[in-house]
Amino acid sequence: MKRQLLLGDEAIALGALHAGLSGVYAYPGTPSTEITEFIQGNALAKERGVHSRWSTNEKTAMEAALGMSFMGKRALVCMKHVGMNVCADPFVNSGMTGVNGGVVVLVADDPSMHSSQDEQDSRFYGKFAMVPIFEPSTQQEAYDMMAAAFEYSEKQCLPVLMRVTTRMAHSRAVVECVDEPRQQNELNYNAVAANWVLLPANARKRNDVVTAQQASLEEDAANSPYNIYIEGHDHSLGIIASGIGFNYVNECFPNGSPYPILKVSQYPLPKKLVRRLMSECKQVLIVEEGQPFIEDMVRGVGDSKDIKGKLDGTLPRTGELNPDIVKKALGMEIGECFDPCADVVPRPPALCQGCGHRDVYTALNEVLKEFDNPRVFGDIGCYTLGFLPPFRAIHSCVDMGASITMAKGAADAGQWPAVAVIGDSTFTHSGMTGLLDAINENADITVIISDNLTTGMTGGQDSAGTNKFEAICRGLGLSDEHLKVVVPLPKNMPEITQIIRDEINYHGTSVIIPRRECMQTLQRHLKQKKAQEEKK
Amino acid sequence: MKTDIILCGVGGQGILSIATIIGEAAMNENLYIKQAEVHGMSQRGGDVQSNLRISSAPIASDLIAKGGADVIISMEPMEALRYLPFLSKNGWIITSSAPFKNIPNYPDMDVINADLDKLPHVIKIDIEQMAKDHGVPRSANVILLGAAQKALGIEYNKLEDAIRRVFGRKGEAIVEANIKALALGRGAQK
Repeated sequence: MKRQLLLGDEAIALGALHAGLSGVYAYPGTPSTEITEFIQGNALAKERGVHSRWSTNEKTAMEAALGMSFMGKRALVCMKHVGMNVCADPFVNSGMTGVNGGVVVLVADDPSMHSSQDEQDSRFYGKFAMVPIFEPSTQQEAYDMMAAAFEYSEKQCLPVLMRVTTRMAHSRAVVECVDEPRQQNELNYNAVAANWVLLPANARKRNDVVTAQQASLEEDAANSPYNIYIEGHDHSLGIIASGIGFNYVNECFPNGSPYPILKVSQYPLPKKLVRRLMSECKQVLIVEEGQPFIEDMVRGVGDSKDIKGKLDGTLPRTGELNPDIVKKALGMEIGECFDPCADVVPRPPALCQGCGHRDVYTALNEVLKEFDNPRVFGDIGCYTLGFLPPFRAIHSCVDMGASITMAKGAADAGQWPAVAVIGDSTFTHSGMTGLLDAINENADITVIISDNLTTGMTGGQDSAGTNKFEAICRGLGLSDEHLKVVVPLPKNMPEITQIIRDEINYHGTSVIIPRRECMQTLQRHLKQKKAQEEKK
Repeated sequence: MKTDIILCGVGGQGILSIATIIGEAAMNENLYIKQAEVHGMSQRGGDVQSNLRISSAPIASDLIAKGGADVIISMEPMEALRYLPFLSKNGWIITSSAPFKNIPNYPDMDVINADLDKLPHVIKIDIEQMAKDHGVPRSANVILLGAAQKALGIEYNKLEDAIRRVFGRKGEAIVEANIKALALGRGAQK
């Protein structure tokens, strides 16, 4: 057994590789990014030719993984929770087709929204797609579960959803790894077309099969080594704890819990074990990170005062859990501590000094001063920080790609000027189709694709459209006359502001591409170059 | 043994490399480790922290409870104070004394220093200046680590060994600079 200090994300990646992975498919998103990055840098993955290049978005990732599974090989799809919305179509339908080679869909939820726009709990997706869900509590369990999940996926012919949250993804612990990684699957032709062609006649049959499978999935969950019933001598309370919530409960009882605990790490929820806990204990406390997924099921429509959790206010309904919150829910005292220091002020994140997005917003603000009620529709990325002072430059940021489509809708409603600001990676992720809509109607909008040649917010991953943006816009039918490229630097301000002004005054769809490398990747590239020169 | 540590600073100051050295030393001693980090949006010049827990017994939570941290190691003086509710009443603060001012409303340094001086166990070092003066300008964070050695409860030579393993690939000059920085920090301990 080899011991390694690994992030939860890295343990997941290594677990998948050691389980005979043939391809990882993903779009970067905090807190899931490091899984794919680990595989990209891993020697075994290189030696085995494991696919690890970034996908354009989560939907293309999920579909490519299904293709690999169709041919009998094991594939991993990784994303942050909101990425689940983007790949919901192939994900839910993969529950209908089933799989040939094992498929694990790893989704990292971000309660407390450290780096996200909502707190959605991905376990709900697993439930309505009727697929098994795994939810590890420790980094070691994350590593071990990956092999179990692939095996289970192939045994049940269903994809497995593995759900983690920020503190699991981004926390390190020592993980013991197997000495002999499993071999990859061989290509095979076992996939049956009648299962994979979801014509209504076929899909109805599959729907019956998958629905009938649910009882055995629940039976497996009740017998799973990851769902443990831990005896306790004090039956005034029983605790159901899932994922990282289990750790906080244990933290409160360094010498072992006096109350029985049901640890839930595999779903469908094992009702048999829940019933046992409820029959043996007077009250039940449910500690789960995210939304009240287990609690809702346990409560049903009843109004039992003996069930404690997020729905009765014993635990907060929003935000992530921590040891102090769980301590309070258990009626224990918070330890003696200092008061917060009143002199400390917030230090919000900001665009880097020298960042090209800064010059874009400076120019845009300068021009928009000349118009009444201009509206700027923003998008997801570093440039969302343009909402904050000193820029205060954007009026919306909803989801990947919504800048262009919302600007179009606003223009349809009669708004002018309607400006969209979107990054290069977000544009290829979900902006291109919206731009086609705009061009087809020659909508009166000005689209700024702020191209920093990378996926910046998540740390500088390759951007799918680099060097192709003019060609993409032309391909979508934009005329050259209203396709402008500028270099966002203070010295170019007169040129940039004039172009923005002209394109706003043009009553049709135009695209301006300010292009300059991200400061973070630039510094990295300069460092690499210097290191290479020193070697010479 | 059991030590709960909060490492903090401003995104980009390199708190994670201190964590890497401590983690390496702890793993080599067969200790249990949990280290929660912050990635993503706040790394862009915002406040960042890492909860690092090492223990000879298994550790349950990735996060430290209020009043639970034995030591706060901070690359920035105001950031050290941000996590005060997590510090044990008897805990130590080891911090850089030089403010990092990337916000317009940074408090007066006299106020920050007075807040720090009220606490029982504080070591303030101008690590950037010390690093420059001693010819190891890129190892300021390791000076801080050296100053925290006693509070961490890890033997000095174990940290030295960990530095050799962590920086070994980068060449002997970088290893030596960091070992020198560690010794400078040790000298500044109380």
